[in-house]
Amino acid sequence: MIPESWYLTLSAALFTIGVVGVVIRRNPLVIFMSIELALNAANLALVAFGQRTGNPDGQALVFFVMAVAAAEVAVGLAIIVAIFRVRQRLSVDELSVMRW
Amino acid sequence: MMARVAFLVIAGIAVAAALGLVLRRNAIHGALFLVMNLGCVAALYLMLGAEFLAAAQIIVYAGAIMVLFVFAIMVLIPGKEETGPDPRKAWRLLAAPLGGALLLELVLLVASRAAAPAATGATASGSVATIGRLLFTDYLLPFELTSVLLLAAMVGVLLLARSREGTAQSPGPGPEASLRASAPPRRAEREVGVR
Repeated sequence: MIPESWYLTLSAALFTIGVVGVVIRRNPLVIFMSIELALNAANLALVAFGQRTGNPDGQALVFFVMAVAAAEVAVGLAIIVAIFRVRQRLSVDELSVMRW
Repeated sequence: MMARVAFLVIAGIAVAAALGLVLRRNAIHGALFLVMNLGCVAALYLMLGAEFLAAAQIIVYAGAIMVLFVFAIMVLIPGKEETGPDPRKAWRLLAAPLGGALLLELVLLVASRAAAPAATGATASGSVATIGRLLFTDYLLPFELTSVLLLAAMVGVLLLARSREGTAQSPGPGPEASLRASAPPRRAEREVGVR
């Protein structure tokens, strides 16, 4: 049986990589993928916690996180495409204002 | 023992894929690395006994969401943003110590969980029957709200993806073509005027 702390350590590592990706990348699509990475790390921790306490509620929560992530990705990508239509560029350094 | 070796191998692949996503410049490579990472996490779900989530992870994440990502990357042709010199390199290099501090903090948190309740020993079943029963009894209202959320997201995406002129644009030869067509020079003029 694998100890729970192993899963939590892996989850922490993946979450950290996702956060660092959000900070260092300039491409909004890659930033978005890094957010997905961090979300997945949180999901992994949730499932590990659920296994420890022995009830499947954590897994139901992960299911909802997945559904919300799907909605979030659809809306976020639509926003990125809309920005690209107007600006013809995609660098977060240039997207510092909320209007155009 | 065998399970631990398998865990270490899968975890190593997952971390390597995550690093590949963050460090490679090519967005398509990043998307494929992320698919690999999601697959590894699905394997870990299986090791945790969450069969339903492993299947949902593959279908929803590695299938639907990543196809959307790859499609958006292909349409938007990014990559040129990150080839030039970085004017804010010094600030971005700060991310390394900050990330190290965050990781240290999280690992210390994991290591110091002596006060956490001990494992009950009972393993939660992650079968489709268990999760399905849970979703349709205890979590019925959140489940229905999720469907409303997905509907709202769908309507919002249609609104955002519509051409801005408001004219009902017939689906052209491809999203890329319609993107090029829907960026008239008029907008460039307006942008200059704003500045």
